Amino acid sequence: MANLNTDFLGIRSPNPFWLASAPPTDKKINVLRAFEAGWGGVVWKTLGSQVKNVSSRYSAVDYHGSRVMGLNNIELISDRPLDINLQEIKECIRLFPDRAMIVSLMADNDKQSWHELIRKVEDTGAHGLELNFGCPHGMTERGMGAAVGQDPEIARLVVEWVMEVATIPVITKLTPNVHSVVPTGRASVEAGSQALSLINTIQSVTGVDLDTFIPNPNVAGKSTFGGYCGPAVKPIALKMLTTIAQDPVTAKVPVSGIGGISTWKDAAEFMLLGATTVQVCTAVMKHGFRIIEDLCEGLSNWMDEKGFARITDFIGRSVPTLTHWEDLDMNYHIVARIDPAKCIHCGLCYIACEDASHQSISLTAGHPYNTYTIKEEECVGCNLCKLVCPVDSCITMVEQRHGAEYLNWKEFQRRGLPLNDH
Amino acid sequence: MAIKDHRLTDEEYASNFGDIHPPFATRDAALVDANRCLFCYDAPCTKSCPTGIDVPKFIKQISTDNNKGAAHTIFESNIMGGGCSRVCPVEKLCEGACVYNLMEEEAIPIARLQRYATEKAIREKWPLFQRAQSTGRKVAVVGAGPSGLSCAHVLARSGVDVTIYEKEPRGGGLMTYGIAAYKITQDFCAEELEYILSIGGISIRYEQELGRNLSLAALQTQYDAVYLAFGVGLARQLDIPGEEQKGVVDAIRFIYDIRTKGYPEVPVGDKVAVIGLGMTAIDAATQAKRLGAKEVTIVYRRTHAEMPCTQAELDIAKLDGCQLLWLAAPKAVLGDGTRVTGLLCSLMQLGSPDASGRRTPADTGETITLEVDMVIKAAGQLPFTQLVQDAGLANEKGKIVTGGSGVTTINNVFAGGDCVNGGKEVVDAVQAGKDAAAAILNYIDSAHS
Repeated sequence: MANLNTDFLGIRSPNPFWLASAPPTDKKINVLRAFEAGWGGVVWKTLGSQVKNVSSRYSAVDYHGSRVMGLNNIELISDRPLDINLQEIKECIRLFPDRAMIVSLMADNDKQSWHELIRKVEDTGAHGLELNFGCPHGMTERGMGAAVGQDPEIARLVVEWVMEVATIPVITKLTPNVHSVVPTGRASVEAGSQALSLINTIQSVTGVDLDTFIPNPNVAGKSTFGGYCGPAVKPIALKMLTTIAQDPVTAKVPVSGIGGISTWKDAAEFMLLGATTVQVCTAVMKHGFRIIEDLCEGLSNWMDEKGFARITDFIGRSVPTLTHWEDLDMNYHIVARIDPAKCIHCGLCYIACEDASHQSISLTAGHPYNTYTIKEEECVGCNLCKLVCPVDSCITMVEQRHGAEYLNWKEFQRRGLPLNDH
Repeated sequence: MAIKDHRLTDEEYASNFGDIHPPFATRDAALVDANRCLFCYDAPCTKSCPTGIDVPKFIKQISTDNNKGAAHTIFESNIMGGGCSRVCPVEKLCEGACVYNLMEEEAIPIARLQRYATEKAIREKWPLFQRAQSTGRKVAVVGAGPSGLSCAHVLARSGVDVTIYEKEPRGGGLMTYGIAAYKITQDFCAEELEYILSIGGISIRYEQELGRNLSLAALQTQYDAVYLAFGVGLARQLDIPGEEQKGVVDAIRFIYDIRTKGYPEVPVGDKVAVIGLGMTAIDAATQAKRLGAKEVTIVYRRTHAEMPCTQAELDIAKLDGCQLLWLAAPKAVLGDGTRVTGLLCSLMQLGSPDASGRRTPADTGETITLEVDMVIKAAGQLPFTQLVQDAGLANEKGKIVTGGSGVTTINNVFAGGDCVNGGKEVVDAVQAGKDAAAAILNYIDSAHS
């Protein structure tokens, strides 16, 4: 049985699954339930400037019968009194000393406020601090949240303030609402932040009510840009995570990965691309804390299968395989193959290839079932047919190299090799 | 033992004849199945529908809440799409071809989704089709069944003025008079008819019967064209001793009575034998049971492998508690002079395949006697041969012979549906009506150009 114990800058947790700073971590009752369920740690919902939240707060994107493919929120940081939060954090640490307790912070935009807040939080016995430089709504208008994270120099300044007083590890949480997360990540690390976490939510409008014409969530006939999260944002998060893992400065610090993690598979992917721990929110908002069981069991079973004894055995393992396009091997060529025994004759591969790819599938009419076969000489190996096929392993991609040697685009051009002729 | 009516309470009748395939209770329930649909290309379900309904398209439209579009997609191909969603043997048509069957998964419940997509449109009479301005052309349609109505609707859309002549006091044909009441209600048949007529340009004259108070020759002179869609209807006789006794009824009449008189008024025996194993036999057997018969035995001279009904239909009969006597052919109806007392059957064995490929049953010489007080004959329906011959139409054993698209041997007379094919599904009749309408429009155009 693989060991899921995690050490993140000395912050220990029995598994790498933390709850992200969000509604599930904003009070003792939730956090205790999460710990009872088995969560490895929590990032307590952001403390700091005093705010008041509105009603309603969330909206979602459903897809093809599945609810909450993406979740959007306009909720601000904790609107509970600071003293109550601090007292509850202390009690949670006392009751579950083996779990990670990180506290998310967003102070008013002056050194004094940050220093006061950090001292109070450290008094609770919390194990780490997460700086919320990412909240995309409500706080930005006051010069906080993403307003800090979007400007590397402001981020650097605030991290420097923080590091003047912080005695426990500091994680800087990055906003994705930038063209690249690397500049702010670098600035934060250079200013002393010992770790990074990403991504925060992505600014969004999830939809417009087609009867009232008001975008959602509807607050008395108006809406506002919110922060998007959930399974829909995972690919974007993975890309940003990879850029942090590949940058020579940011690669030096551990990363807590965030962004649409719902299953152990998602978690493993984040870890393969450099995350030491992962943070979960939307999946819990949809299903509750009980999902931790399969997160742990699934990850552990997969690690056993792959021969990984501990999580450090595979963190970052896939990072080197993400390269620049011009370094890809142009001699690598695959073609689709349809297994006639598995084909259910739905025609989805055919119409996708015919209308959207390279007209590489032939249709032999039948009643009621047509037969579909690949025209290998036309197939460019794009994967589209395999992606749309509803039957597992019905379409496979078979390697048919154009040449034995590795040949990238630069070399291809240098040799003046021929482009497509049709 | 006796044949009696009023066997059950009102509640029992209502329960026994309740909707066998209830509709989706909610939009959410429909969406679960709509979202399972793979949206196949050149879809096997569509190709297996005699009217070619674009099934993936209408299911997609359900899933996007485009309910008006979904209803239009269905009705565009099949104006009786609402009724067909209740009575079609979908297990051998669209649902039988669903690709999920090839994955050993449940097929998409296409019929139920089709009902979902059409029910509201019919009830609220959504104006999904616009009738073209009247062209002044007139067509007579004989028979207000599925084929006649389908033909009339296409013609009316194209601006033709259509008059339908119907021998019964109500329209709908087989839908209204010949199908088990738990599949389709009289109220629905009336609603569907009203919906079809709501396009305008179609009038129905009831209790007008060809050969009785209506002549083809007169119609030919009064109208630009005539479409014959009078179906089949004569019950095949058994030609066995005792058949003329009271207590021997034909299934068509039995079902007709259930549909027109009300359940309590239809008498049924304690022990009933039903002869035959087509759809009508099933409808008769199950409804005899549901009217309160204690025992119902279906007598069939071949085996399960040759049965004309679908397995789904047979399952309904079995679940209703009907017994099956395979490889038995009726030889004589026994009686005591006042009532039926039994059915003497020859036991059969299967011989070599006949022209249709089914193995022919042969008498073993052994017999068995069923103790019954009622015999329902459902051994098939025959065409109105006399009518067809009197009209001078080329025919094959009473079935009108047509070229493609319903063209008969008489100029300006077209025919389609059961009176041509000898009796197929409602959905086949609808398609025949569409085909004939196209041919009629073509004929009228060329005749006047």
